[in-house]
Amino acid sequence: MSDTAANVNAAETEYEPVVGMECHAELLTNSKMFCGCRNEFGGEPNTRCCPVCTGMPGALPVMNIQAVEHVMRTAIALNCSINPHAKFDRKNYYYPDLPKGYQISEYDIPIGVTGWLDIEVNGQPKRIHIRRVHLEEDTGKLFHVAGDESFVDLNRSGVPLMEIVTDFPPDIQSAEEGREYLTRLRSILTYIGVCDGKMEEGSLRCEPNVSVRPVGSNTFGTKTEIKNLNSFRSVYKGIEFETQRQAELLRKGERVVQETRGWNDTRQVTFSQRSKEGEEEYRYFPEPDLVPLHINEDWIERVRASMPELPDARRARFISEFALPPYDAGILTDTRAVADYFEETARLCGDAKTTSNWVMGDLAKLLNASGTEIGASPITPAALAEMIGLITDGTISGKIAKQLIEEMYATGGSPKTIVEEKGWKTIKDSGAVLAAVEKVFAANPNIITDIKVKGLVGKRGFLVGQVMRETQGKADPGEVNRLIDEKLAD
Amino acid sequence: MSELIHLSALDLRDKIANGAVSAREAVTASLQRIEAVESRVRAFITVTGEQALAQADKIDAMRSAGETLPPLAGVPVALKDNMCTRGVLTTAGSKILHNFIPPYNGTVVSRLVESGAISVGKTNLDEFAMGSSTENSGFHTTANPYDLSRVPGGSSGGSAAAVAALETPLALGSDTGGSIRQPASLCGVVGLKPTYGRVSRYGLIAYASSLDQIGPFGRTVKDCALLLNAISGHDPMDSTSTDVPVPDFAATCGESIKGMKIGIPTEYFGAGVSAEVAAAVRTAIAQLTALGAEAEECSLPSTEYALASYYIIAPAECSSNLARFDGVKYGLRSSELAGHIGLTEKSRDEGFGREVKQRIMIGTYTLSAGYYDAYYKRAQQVRTLIRKDFERAFEKYDLLVTPTAPGPAFKVGEKADPLEMKLADICTIPVNMAGLPAISVPCGMVDGLPVGLQIIGKAYDECTLFRLAHAYEQSTGWHKNSPVL
Amino acid sequence: MALTREDVKKVALLSRLELTEDEIDTQIGPLNDLLKQFEALQQLDVTGVEPTSHSIPVVNVLREDVVKPSLTRDEVLANAPESREGCFVVPRVIAD
Repeated sequence: MSDTAANVNAAETEYEPVVGMECHAELLTNSKMFCGCRNEFGGEPNTRCCPVCTGMPGALPVMNIQAVEHVMRTAIALNCSINPHAKFDRKNYYYPDLPKGYQISEYDIPIGVTGWLDIEVNGQPKRIHIRRVHLEEDTGKLFHVAGDESFVDLNRSGVPLMEIVTDFPPDIQSAEEGREYLTRLRSILTYIGVCDGKMEEGSLRCEPNVSVRPVGSNTFGTKTEIKNLNSFRSVYKGIEFETQRQAELLRKGERVVQETRGWNDTRQVTFSQRSKEGEEEYRYFPEPDLVPLHINEDWIERVRASMPELPDARRARFISEFALPPYDAGILTDTRAVADYFEETARLCGDAKTTSNWVMGDLAKLLNASGTEIGASPITPAALAEMIGLITDGTISGKIAKQLIEEMYATGGSPKTIVEEKGWKTIKDSGAVLAAVEKVFAANPNIITDIKVKGLVGKRGFLVGQVMRETQGKADPGEVNRLIDEKLAD
Repeated sequence: MSELIHLSALDLRDKIANGAVSAREAVTASLQRIEAVESRVRAFITVTGEQALAQADKIDAMRSAGETLPPLAGVPVALKDNMCTRGVLTTAGSKILHNFIPPYNGTVVSRLVESGAISVGKTNLDEFAMGSSTENSGFHTTANPYDLSRVPGGSSGGSAAAVAALETPLALGSDTGGSIRQPASLCGVVGLKPTYGRVSRYGLIAYASSLDQIGPFGRTVKDCALLLNAISGHDPMDSTSTDVPVPDFAATCGESIKGMKIGIPTEYFGAGVSAEVAAAVRTAIAQLTALGAEAEECSLPSTEYALASYYIIAPAECSSNLARFDGVKYGLRSSELAGHIGLTEKSRDEGFGREVKQRIMIGTYTLSAGYYDAYYKRAQQVRTLIRKDFERAFEKYDLLVTPTAPGPAFKVGEKADPLEMKLADICTIPVNMAGLPAISVPCGMVDGLPVGLQIIGKAYDECTLFRLAHAYEQSTGWHKNSPVL
Repeated sequence: MALTREDVKKVALLSRLELTEDEIDTQIGPLNDLLKQFEALQQLDVTGVEPTSHSIPVVNVLREDVVKPSLTRDEVLANAPESREGCFVVPRVIAD
């Protein structure tokens, strides 16, 4: 093959990404990892600090049991083995937001190892293998203010932080899979109550490392790590951008440089980040201020017993128990809050599919529009169940229900009261409906002719619509159909 | 009033408790003695006279009110300046902490307050407790009260000298490789390193976390036992503090030592230990046998590797423990403008002394990738061998007896070679590596300088150690010596 | 194996110590003396010997997840060489 041919070949090569995921989750605990300071987001700088989390001379760490158990929960949920003998180590490096000059972390014996997480992209199931789940402490925050100074706030210093790393060789091979992995992971973490999953507040952070290789190859290229991704969208876009950037470099015959790249959300590009000055050399060694963790089967079982049903199990149960379509079950089990809301409503009203339609449809739309979490919905599961009951027993029509749910959402009122006040009950009085039917027939002689003479039965729907309009949607649809059919048969 | 300074802590406490002496008188006597001898001894970095008197008045008020007094009520005590004291300058003997005022009390400090003991000040030490002479202090060198041209030992040289010079009857030190026992030996006082985990390290500015332990100095064994009782016990703020019962140590002083089995490890009498010291220790052993103990030679074969492995482990931990001194949150910040990395580099360069820098660098080096297994891990394995040596010996013996230091106090400036200086801890280091308790009691004089006997016990068995040390002390009377100042 | 001046500089950077040339001169000897002393350990057979990182056989020391009072902000910042607006102040750190 001549040089030219090789170049042409290179320029045309199709590349696919290979993605490893490193995620950090701040754990939902009352207090920090190694001291009693409150674990909370935001607030005035340096107001949740003590000798331990500010690294004062003489201060010593003591492990928070809740944080350890949260990592065990996660390890269980991700099908990991739990190391019977785990330990903490010091990761030594200097940075102004790291008050002790080392981060307490787990180096060679993490709490959880070798697990997996199943995802589904375009109907294709895929197993993403997890290498490790470990516990460490978060750093403080640096603010880069104008001028030649930076400010240090240590409120976040010592917040329990869990790291979840996918296995090598990586299973994730597209931006879509990357996003789906993160979605599933977030769903699990929030389900089991170990993390609030708020990417925008940094309580869930994701750093994918991306390399590309010719499609069909099983070698690995040089990887880059992407930082500062703070939404699912940016994770997707970041992986996609890196894939294309690297593929272009290779097609041009250039090399990919192993480096950390930041994500610029405004410009939707990654950019080379200056690596921390000085050599990266963490000098790990066992943390002498903490004693080892011995995790026996009893402890694991106690933690397992305290865990809620996981998303996959719940999804399967929703399909079998409530006869929901897999699509519905998937969406409804995406977060624990939605699943809890759905399940409570469905149990109260006894009609799962209708509940699913309302929760995924009108209610989701209303919540979205006002940026409200389902847990804070003005419509309680009991109220929604009552509303569905009104439809089922024919008190209101489905059409009225669409107005009713908006009113319930706006006022927080009970559906029965609103229906009463607004006079939205279905007209059960045949006489009133018949009057409306007759009025519509009289007003549309041509349509009647089209149906009766020309056999254009498709136009019958128009008549139904007109009658419903005439009755402001309150007529019982069954009754309307029956009367129209009778009249047409005349 | 000056006779008060000669009293043991126990006697002073009893006199305060029965009203013969007020706490104010006791503290005043201590402060006056400090005033009289400090210009020569220089045991203290900070003296907190006013605070001490205020606390004494509280004790006296309690007594007037008929309240029960805590066990050390009114007894003056000195604290090594690497223990955090709320509102009181705490330097660790380093310029990098020349202005550090902790917002919290270390656990031992809180416990001392509860025990009624009254701190009169903070004592000098080798910077961050790294050294064996106090010559490495960032502030000044403390003198040996027995010969002012000589060192008091270290790193807790200030505390040892304060007790020897009758400035206080009691003091606290910390011991990482011998920093309580070696200066106790050189200053002719009693000093004990408790079992690792017996006393909380919370608030002790760390040198080497897995080896550091706080312990008492006194002029008698029983005084040390009293002070150890006041500071011992589980602390939820220190994960390495052990949740085991604390016996009444003082009560065991006076029990017979008949039939007690004592091992004499031959390795501790080898090269480096002066003939005079060895002879004094042999005489002491003969005395113990005369008191009914059974002594026998034994071997701790891994001893020769203890020093090397200690000088891997301790500096490695120190390189990490001292990383927090970065000029950001407290302590010295260089005035040179050089960006945040330069700021840390320059602050540390200005703030740390030569020995500390050396240990930080050797520790950083041995922990580096590629060297970890050859140095740090191997040293930890040697540590296991040392521990097992002791375990084997303790299957046979109740206690082991050795010299505390290879020689008596040396001249200031005499040991310029850092390696030679490090040999001063050759008899004490293995004990820290194994986490065991050990005490040094005066056992003679060589050329007018005190020599100490080291007694090593089983983990958490300080009682047996106190029994033997007390019996020995009472039968000899070396503890009645005091320097002429 | 002996450290060169370059090695010492590298270790000093990792240790965040800015050593003058003179200081390197005074440190390099003692550092190499120590390393030489460590060589004794290399001859020892430690095959199968577990390392001891803690001299006490204690495991699972954990505390309940309970909030305790923090220091006041004034206490947190009282020893800071420089602080403003409730924060520690450092020379500008390049954003990353």
